[in-house]
Amino acid sequence: METLLENKKKRKGPVLFSEYQQGESIKKTVQNKREYILRELKTSALKGRGGAGFPTSTKWMLTAAANSEKKYVVCNADEGEPGTFKDRVLLLEYPELVFEGMVIAGYTIGAKYGIVYLRGEYEYMLKSLQDFLEGMRRDNMLGKNIAGKDGFDFDITIRLGSGAYVCGEETALIESLEGYRGEPRNRPPYPVNTGYNGHPTIVNNVETLASVPHIIMKGGDWFKKYGTDKSTGSKLFSVSGDCEKPGVYELPWGTTINELLTIVDANKTKAVQIGGASGVCLPKSQFSRQLAYEDAATGGSVMIFNEKRNMLDVLRNFLEFFVEESCGQCTPCRIGNVRLLEGVEKIDKNEITFAYINSLKELGKTMQIACKCGLGQTSPNSFITILENFKDEIFKYERNGR
Amino acid sequence: MKYSNTKETGDKMLNKDTSRIPVSQQKLNVEKPADITTIGGTVSVEINEKKLKVPFGTTILDACRENQIHIPTLCHHPDLCIAGNCRICVVEVEGMRTLQASCAYPITSPLKIKTTTPMVRKARRHIIDLLLSEHYGECYSCSRNGNCELQTLAREYGVDEYTFGHITDPIYTVDKSSAAVVRDMNKCVLCKRCVRTCIDLQEVGVLEAIDRGYDTHIGTFLEKPLADVICINCGQCINRCPTAALKANDPSDEIWNAIDNPKKHVVIQTAPSPRAAIGEEFGIEAGHSFTGELNTALRRIGFDMVFDTNFTADLTIIEEGTELLNRLKKLIVDKDTSVKLPQFTSCSPGWVKFIEHFNPEYLDYLSTAKSPQQMFGALIKTFYAKETKIDPSDIVTVALMPCSAKKFECNRPEMFGSGFKDVDYGLTTREMAKMIREAGIYLPEVPKSNFDEPFGNASGAGLIFGATGGVMEAALRTVYELVTGRPVPFKNLNIEPCRGFEGIKQASVKLTECKKEYVFLNNVELKFVVAHGTANAKKVMEMLKRGELDDVHFVEIMACPGGCLGGGGQPIPTSVEIREKRAQAIYAEESTLPIRKSHENPRIKYIYENFLTDGPCGKTSHQLLHTHYTKRGKFIA
Repeated sequence: METLLENKKKRKGPVLFSEYQQGESIKKTVQNKREYILRELKTSALKGRGGAGFPTSTKWMLTAAANSEKKYVVCNADEGEPGTFKDRVLLLEYPELVFEGMVIAGYTIGAKYGIVYLRGEYEYMLKSLQDFLEGMRRDNMLGKNIAGKDGFDFDITIRLGSGAYVCGEETALIESLEGYRGEPRNRPPYPVNTGYNGHPTIVNNVETLASVPHIIMKGGDWFKKYGTDKSTGSKLFSVSGDCEKPGVYELPWGTTINELLTIVDANKTKAVQIGGASGVCLPKSQFSRQLAYEDAATGGSVMIFNEKRNMLDVLRNFLEFFVEESCGQCTPCRIGNVRLLEGVEKIDKNEITFAYINSLKELGKTMQIACKCGLGQTSPNSFITILENFKDEIFKYERNGR
Repeated sequence: MKYSNTKETGDKMLNKDTSRIPVSQQKLNVEKPADITTIGGTVSVEINEKKLKVPFGTTILDACRENQIHIPTLCHHPDLCIAGNCRICVVEVEGMRTLQASCAYPITSPLKIKTTTPMVRKARRHIIDLLLSEHYGECYSCSRNGNCELQTLAREYGVDEYTFGHITDPIYTVDKSSAAVVRDMNKCVLCKRCVRTCIDLQEVGVLEAIDRGYDTHIGTFLEKPLADVICINCGQCINRCPTAALKANDPSDEIWNAIDNPKKHVVIQTAPSPRAAIGEEFGIEAGHSFTGELNTALRRIGFDMVFDTNFTADLTIIEEGTELLNRLKKLIVDKDTSVKLPQFTSCSPGWVKFIEHFNPEYLDYLSTAKSPQQMFGALIKTFYAKETKIDPSDIVTVALMPCSAKKFECNRPEMFGSGFKDVDYGLTTREMAKMIREAGIYLPEVPKSNFDEPFGNASGAGLIFGATGGVMEAALRTVYELVTGRPVPFKNLNIEPCRGFEGIKQASVKLTECKKEYVFLNNVELKFVVAHGTANAKKVMEMLKRGELDDVHFVEIMACPGGCLGGGGQPIPTSVEIREKRAQAIYAEESTLPIRKSHENPRIKYIYENFLTDGPCGKTSHQLLHTHYTKRGKFIA
């Protein structure tokens, strides 16, 4: 298989990368009632792997309960969060897990159609994924009466995104699928009620769907053995930055940042950005924190910065990203990020007052609660945490008046 | 909790079947129980510790407004589908981490809502500060000074400095290419009301957001100037723009120059809709006509003659009615099947440009009669010039219209029937109010006076042109009486089926015991259709294509919602309620007039006896009062 980059899969964990026989979960699924699937999912306490951590069983249950002629299963493969590259590994090396997860979802909620929203930059894998789907059709794992189950029809199409980060937000993704500008919708109603073309839709991350076949085969209780109470199972972390062994690691939830840094061979680490550009930046003093939904939450991205890095440059880079990638729809995100970036420039030029820094921090807090979607709500995170956690460095820097 | 998937939207104005409103911008259509008194029909909410019961699915904003709780809004407009993108209307909902946009949040379960917590106030102030940081210009050099929603918000939240700075240089060049609409994107706050107006309300689709993030701006197809795209100049976007990003092309400076020039004889005609709405510009509640006061004010400003457009509205009825009867005769008596029926009205220049762009193959269905504005212009520079012995080149004709498209219409190359530019300037209600203020006149306190002769008297039929269905009603009064010799069989001549704001109205009148020359129409059921707003016009054109209008004879279409009284030159703001009040004012004024049928207007008789001597649709009238149209299509080079 041709890839642009070597897939830096460094550690096979016990859950996602455990033994799996292609097709077995679909065969087991169709022999059971949908309630069984929902129960196992509920037991597993699987949460959305995209970063928001919404309980998958709840999402599926709401869609299963919705009354509609058409329902859709959408796989969010618009992996755009800076520093995240785990879905690429899954799609290239474990497509059976992702697609079978979608088939199981279709069976559970009563959908006939699945759509993979594939990141535009992943176009190079389109052909191989389509070939894989063709193979599934030949094996009766897609199409009509799947795995011999009368009346269970399901098929998957792949649609390419066009490179907008915001289209990873589920409602913007649906807008994009429908052919409109990729702009997030008002919620409620949620996609589980009014999704693609107005029909109930579940939108799940690649990794979430890939976890499902394992849960079906080995049970929710097995899944729950890994991780913490509130963050069950394992997680793929895409580790990048200043370390000897960057790559994709499967580790149980609850792993501390220190442990992870040791595994990836990172030295003289000053800061770790957890959760990509929209995440938070933690200093050394917080490296004992756990990677988990209830502590340091992440959709997978872990970026490591060593002592040579200038944190103001790091921050500027993140904010430039948001200024560019905001959809431009709502006021606080469209203009707010620009004002924050200008603030960083002013800090760099030593032209700012503390009062104005505080106003900008307040603005950041407003953005966190007033923006329309997750993009705008999380975009000030790096501004707030870097200015807070690295103020000594930034202020010293300021005094030096570079 | 159940949401329906229908394309229903915010207001009854919006067209439910043909609309392409994305789900994101549809009003959340929670299935409401038919009877809200049933169990589940209402939901208990607590707003600012006040316990209330509201119908299931009401938005937080509506619930607050119905209970006199003020919530500021910017992107919200009662005529349009929801957007939820300005974030000004955010409120706190207990149990939710983030603030919720009240305009977009349907109440489907008991909620505790707080509308003025410190968090909410700070967020709103931040949003205003951010908008101001990007809003180019200063209030005192702005045409919307005193009537700007951004300015109102800034005052409401006590903005006394630019917390996050203020843009010092314009980014965009002002697009003045269009005769009707000026776009200054430096003042745009990206509320997208214009986009929703153009795409969803009017279904024209000229404006849409372009680019992403900070670069987002409202643009046209390939960023062409407005004059080079399929804009129909209806100006509905202007009426709904909260700032001065969109405004009409204002000719008042030129008009002042003409007035101040002693050589020029400046003549103004006033249409009925501005008269019924101009009071709003002076702080008077909607629904009061200021016809007589306006006449006095215009003379004080310095107009040499003040005429009533209703006079040529009457003339339009005679010409258009005769044209209809001619078409019917050709079809029924001469068996000429090439005759195009139904005949469509042509007095709305927005509608004319709409059909030229969207259905150019159907232009033959349009009446060739010019609009009242253009008929008047042609008569002033011929008949009036002759009667008064004034050189037509010294006459400046101004038309006070509720309309921005009239500015484009008077600049059409076809509109030189008199040998001169028939109408020199189209002036909107808003611009007229500005001139009146500038002249130091407070309109409501001015004494009343009449129109000037020789066009002083007009019938009520011309007056009701201002409301949707008015042209049809006026035409029927004349056509029916012309054909049968009896007045229309409706109480007080009020043809109720023509009235009201329903999107598309259909009705018929049976012609019986016709006069000798119209005996071919005996027992013909005269069927007519009335539509307003180009979204409905589009629907009517689809009906025509499907053959559903084969037995219809006459179709009235007005480009603007509500008809001319909701025109793009009318006072801002607008809403269904305001338009209804303006309609009431027009119908009330009409019911008091002595003459209510166009053909009974003695001045009309006079002009056919002394000037248009070869009669309606005759040679002179064809030269002066009729026009032709251009097949424009959707693609403009």
